[in-house]
Amino acid sequence: MGVAIRVIPCLDVDAGRVVKGVNFENLRDAGDPVELARRYGEAGADELTFLDVSASAAGRETTYEVVRKTAEQVFIPLTVGGGVRAVEDVDRLLREGADKVGVNTAAISRPDLISEIAERFGSQVLVLSLDARRCREGTETSSGYEVTTHGGRKGTGIDVIEWAERGQVLGAGEILLNSMDADGTTSGFDLAMIRDVRAVVSIPLIASGGAGTTGHFVEAVRAGADAVLAASVFHFGALRIDEVKKAMREAGLSVR
Amino acid sequence: MASPLICVLDYGFGNVRSAVRAVEEVGGTAVLTADQATAEGADGLIVPGVGAYAAVMEGLLAVYGDRIIEHRLAGGRAVLGVCVGLQVMFEKGIEHDIETTGLGQWPGTVEKLDAPVVPNMGWARVEAPEESRLFKGIEGERFYFVHSFAAKEFPLAPQATNRIAPPLVTWSEAGTDERPDRFVAAVENGPLSATQFHPEKSGDAGLRLLRNWLATL
Repeated sequence: MGVAIRVIPCLDVDAGRVVKGVNFENLRDAGDPVELARRYGEAGADELTFLDVSASAAGRETTYEVVRKTAEQVFIPLTVGGGVRAVEDVDRLLREGADKVGVNTAAISRPDLISEIAERFGSQVLVLSLDARRCREGTETSSGYEVTTHGGRKGTGIDVIEWAERGQVLGAGEILLNSMDADGTTSGFDLAMIRDVRAVVSIPLIASGGAGTTGHFVEAVRAGADAVLAASVFHFGALRIDEVKKAMREAGLSVR
Repeated sequence: MASPLICVLDYGFGNVRSAVRAVEEVGGTAVLTADQATAEGADGLIVPGVGAYAAVMEGLLAVYGDRIIEHRLAGGRAVLGVCVGLQVMFEKGIEHDIETTGLGQWPGTVEKLDAPVVPNMGWARVEAPEESRLFKGIEGERFYFVHSFAAKEFPLAPQATNRIAPPLVTWSEAGTDERPDRFVAAVENGPLSATQFHPEKSGDAGLRLLRNWLATL
């Protein structure tokens, strides 16, 4: 039996509004994260992820409100990432109703943040988010992949595989591996990178970046992902969650 | 009939907002508090719990959760433990070589899952006994689990001569089909019920389970 492969839509939220458009029929308000969350829940999403891209403190306050309203209406797990810098941010998000919190840049500049969060709230709340890419000329890491920050614009020279391994040791409960090279291409996940990370971590691995067809999701799972995350293919209606699950089921994978 | 009053025990652990809202969604009146009189007197008490066993026990004891639960059970008043709220009902929990004494409502030990990927995170099926009231009508559904530890055995075996109803134990599995790790997913034992999964995060199936629990009150 065991757990089913999770399919997770991700919504970018800026000051309480969904940034990239979403193409659902009969939506009253395509920019309302709460309504979209509910629709995705009804459509069979196994979890939801909000990525807060707000630049201002006021924008972040609005996001907290969105998290609260979503948690009150949608009874599936909710992960919130983006701008989480301190234990207090995690505390606030969990209190508002998030089940898990994604940590990215702040953990790179201060890895101890991972263990602080895990000790206070348990590993299961902490998703270590890795924006990873193949090394550009002039940068070298032992695996050939490096961690980036600022939405993939800045390289750090940190080895993706080593960072994933270290994140697990420090107490991360899950890894979100986002390929910045594949992101937005709809030409498939970076399967080699998924395999390499899978080989070193025994916590759940979420693959993200590059999904374009239902077959891509199946490939990512076969490469070692426990869950698959996508944004635009779902939002723009290119794929529906039930189509992805049907393809997985036909491929012999366990889905809900 | 007035809607049942459900106290969600507020002791600093668990996604209490979701639990409160899920109770309201299925027709209960929810109150979030650690006030002893309210917690003991409500029609139902939900004991949430996430995080480390030792920390959850410490939090529970700090609000006299052990006494509240004892007093309720002595009077046959319903208690529902969720996630670590199930685990603390057992005798003890062992996490990272630290052994913590639990509430001991049931014999048995909570220990680390043996699976290639841990935490066991996601939606899994369960095997519920036919007589189960909690799983009535939702037998084939999946529920949302997120945990690294579990009770692998339920030693409180019914005797053939028992005149009282034996505890109903629902099982689930972590790991792979080839090498499954079987664990206690839920227990129904008189007024004391508990689930290892999160009914408040298990979509419609979870809400139906809560509705079933409310119907027993």
